[in-house]
Amino acid sequence: MAGLYVHIPFCRQKCHYCNFYSVASGKFRDETIDAIVNELEIRKDYLGGERLNTVYFGGGTPSLFAPGKIQEIILKADKLFGIVPGAEITLEANPEDIGSTWLDALKSTSVNRLSIGVQSFNNADLRYLGRIHTAEKAESAVRLALEKGFENLSVDLIFGIPASDDKIWESNILKVLQYNIRHLSAYALTVEPGTALRLFIRKGKYQPVDEDQAAGQFEMLMSRMKQAGYDHYEISNFCLPGHCSKHNTSYWTGDKYLGVGPAAHSYDGNSRQWNVANLKKYIEAVEKNEPLSEKETLTGTQKYNEYVMTALRTMWGIDLEKVKNEFGEDFYLHLIKEAKPFENNQHLLKKNQRILLLTDRGKLFADKISSALFWND
Amino acid sequence: MKNIRNFCIIAHIDHGKSTLADRLLDYTETISEREKKEQVLDDMDLERERGITIKSHAIQMIYKREAHNRNESFVLNLIDTPGHVDFSYEVSRSIAACEGALLIVDATQGIQAQTISNLYLAIDHDLEIIPVLNKMDLDNAMPEDVKDQIVDLIGCDREDIIEASGKTGYGVDKILDAIVERIPSPTGDPDAPLQALIFDSVFNSYRGIIAYFRIFNGRISKGDLVKFVATGKEYEADEIGVLKLGLQSKKTLAAGDVGYIISGIKTSKEVKVGDTVTHVKNPCSEAISGFEHVKPMVFAGIYPVDADDYEELRASMEKLQLNDASLTFEPESSAALGFGFRCGFLGLLHMEIIQERLDREFDMDVITTVPNVSYKAYTTKGVMTEVHNPSGLPDQNLLDHIEEPYIHAQIISKSDYVGPIMNLCIDRRGELKNQVYLTSDRVEITFELPLAEIVFDFYDKLKSISKGYASFDYHVVGYKPAKLVRLDILLNGERVDALSTLIHSANAYQFGRRMCEKLKELIPRQQFDVAIQAAIGAKIIARETVKAVRKDVTAKCYGGDITRKRKLLEKQKKGKKRMRQVGNVEVPQSAFLAVLKLD
Ligand SMILES: Nc1nc2c(ncn2[C@@H]2O[C@H](COP(=O)(O)OP(=O)(O)OP(=O)(O)O)[C@@H](O)[C@H]2O)c(=O)[nH]1
Ligand code: SF4
Ligand SMILES: [Mg+2]
Repeated sequence: MAGLYVHIPFCRQKCHYCNFYSVASGKFRDETIDAIVNELEIRKDYLGGERLNTVYFGGGTPSLFAPGKIQEIILKADKLFGIVPGAEITLEANPEDIGSTWLDALKSTSVNRLSIGVQSFNNADLRYLGRIHTAEKAESAVRLALEKGFENLSVDLIFGIPASDDKIWESNILKVLQYNIRHLSAYALTVEPGTALRLFIRKGKYQPVDEDQAAGQFEMLMSRMKQAGYDHYEISNFCLPGHCSKHNTSYWTGDKYLGVGPAAHSYDGNSRQWNVANLKKYIEAVEKNEPLSEKETLTGTQKYNEYVMTALRTMWGIDLEKVKNEFGEDFYLHLIKEAKPFENNQHLLKKNQRILLLTDRGKLFADKISSALFWND
Repeated sequence: MKNIRNFCIIAHIDHGKSTLADRLLDYTETISEREKKEQVLDDMDLERERGITIKSHAIQMIYKREAHNRNESFVLNLIDTPGHVDFSYEVSRSIAACEGALLIVDATQGIQAQTISNLYLAIDHDLEIIPVLNKMDLDNAMPEDVKDQIVDLIGCDREDIIEASGKTGYGVDKILDAIVERIPSPTGDPDAPLQALIFDSVFNSYRGIIAYFRIFNGRISKGDLVKFVATGKEYEADEIGVLKLGLQSKKTLAAGDVGYIISGIKTSKEVKVGDTVTHVKNPCSEAISGFEHVKPMVFAGIYPVDADDYEELRASMEKLQLNDASLTFEPESSAALGFGFRCGFLGLLHMEIIQERLDREFDMDVITTVPNVSYKAYTTKGVMTEVHNPSGLPDQNLLDHIEEPYIHAQIISKSDYVGPIMNLCIDRRGELKNQVYLTSDRVEITFELPLAEIVFDFYDKLKSISKGYASFDYHVVGYKPAKLVRLDILLNGERVDALSTLIHSANAYQFGRRMCEKLKELIPRQQFDVAIQAAIGAKIIARETVKAVRKDVTAKCYGGDITRKRKLLEKQKKGKKRMRQVGNVEVPQSAFLAVLKLD
């Protein structure tokens, strides 16, 4: 199992809350795509001969590019790594780019999964977030995509918007259910450093984020989605059974992935790399065939910690046998011991034979719990 | 011996002792160009960072001069001492090894409180005092006024006062000549049985325990079999020598010399500062009278952050005690904090320094509890117990009364600030004892105050209301009955023993309220509401609530987020290790010192 992530670092405009690496200028667009293709070539041995089960175009806004350009990259990747038949190939797209012509063009590529950055079906929310599309456009994009046969569809939503309320949030959930969208990623609004949102809050232009509101809306989300028969397969991800994102899931199961493009991260099973988060530097480094990433080789402890942190967030949970076999008895016993209080007193964790899982209430405290289960050298 | 001079440098804090020592070392070429730096004798990291001397530091200089038409060479043993009131024990020990003292007075500041207290220490030991007017290079120096003050204080001749500058080196030659000419050479008989006073000791991780001594009679050679009188232990003198910037070994040292001995001493209990060293064969008939035992007056609990480190903490404290004879500790336990030690300190700065040294020198992560003074509790049966910890107070129904320590505080200030200073002292339950005008605009005020009232923030307040002009010194004068109550803090109904305080009943309500407010800021939100209550006995006098946290989970955890996220959670885990569990409530370390942060 291996994945390829392609980072397309361009957007029409920066959203208020966004801390992804992307630029809102048109400069270097073609050079960047060329560099990405070259990077694939340079790093063709990264996955050690494993073929690609998933390809993911994220950003930024991959839908800024003509589907033909995307297909070029896919073909290149297939040539270099080999894409297995039936592989999941996802493209992130923003509603403002999704029209009939574009969808038709996309149909003729190998992309078979679409992830739409809806964020909200409410105009006030969208203005708050600094998105450029309208609620109407968001809904028509979803409808159109479904009509054109992109059933393998995911939408992103954001909750916990201080200026918004539970009613609006509920109607957003209901829209997803109404269209029977297979996959939903729902994120609590997070105030990241260096974002406009943070500045607005600091200056008093926006109200600060209210954790209680976000917690309430998360609970509403969990119960609505459960009722509708969705799997809550990761803290922020829901799907109809059998339709989880294979690519994203591979991040949580410790599979290898190659990330190309500026700021993209890669993992080869032992070390993590991250490319320079700067367009010009990235392009130059690729041109000169110079190293373009920083690297951290993981120690046993770090691997354990990462496993605990990511696995705990999923519905598959932490596999105790795996911990024992891969990390050893000490880690295993530590884990069992640290998990106890969360199971017994607080009912935040539950054990299902050899699997350790978050309860629904536990999902609200995943960070606190995983840090408690960590191993400290 | 007639060419030896032993002297110390004493002064109020920051009057320039260590800087002037630098100039003396320069002039006598004791340290090389390469070793030179400002306040070179302040060699602990902590001293350098804070710019203050914490420990006395002895160093030997060779002073060569031409006088009376011939070349003379003198061995000068200098001891630089700290100025802060918490470390006056360091000064008194140094004084015992000397025949003379340079009394430094900052020419811009004049006589200050510790100038006087340190001077008296020196006079008590019959030291020859050489007054030095320092910082003469500064424009705002007031040499004539300050000379008046000095003449008044020690009754010397005006001409005896040497003008100097530690910055420019001005006057250093005169100081050296005065040391040679005015300070008597040590007396003592090099042929008598060995009698050497241990005035300090340090622990060195390579060399073990190094004891510093001053020989009063006899001589000591490498390899001698020696005995420490108080402990009765015998050792071979593996190495002896004199103190340069480092250690310089010697074959023999004799009466009048200041030096060090390394003798394979293993544990800190074997070295008592103030003990006498003599020979096993032909011992001296009596020990030198050592030092008055300092009585620590401020106590606080020190607990290892990690309960497993208890034994290591004990070992670290024992080693620290070697460098700092004024530190005391005894085991104690707390429901909230586990096993630790009740430590006695000379003051709050001392406590802070010990905590930092434990961290830096021994890598010990510790939690310090709210300090308190030492109380005397009398039971109805008339039995007195010394209480170093509020939770050690006898039961209310067995308790007859409590006494608390009182101090005499000398405050010297510009007369403009007398009003606010009086108010501050009266606010702190003080009683005015005396008020003298030293000059037309400088006044010395003496107050009697409960020690407990000055432990926390008195000095800071004093400095701020006097715009930095007031200086302050104190000594304990005895115990007096006090109307004290024990104020307890409860978290979700459970008493936190480490947060109990003894407080004057008139202040209890206000204090309880402020404690609750402060704790509300310091205790992080948990998964449930946390009730913070202040209580006297069964009576709740204040309450605050820390609202439950509803959520602690990151939204996104994809390929690019994993490293950053993991690091963040690892950091949180480390931080959590520093939390203490009280019942079901997690309490950060900082909360145990909440009292100090009340404003
Ligand atoms: N201008 C001037 N500054 C001086 C002189 N002597 C010392 N200082 C400054 O005064 C400050 C205190 O000097 P120290 O030598 O550390 O004083 P100290 O008396 O050893 O202080 P403690 O050991 O903490 O009591 C430092 O900033 C010195 O640079 C002097 O003669 N002239
Ligand atoms: S579209 Fe996405 S990547 Fe671009 S600025 Fe908005 S949130 Fe960021
Ligand atoms: Mg000093």
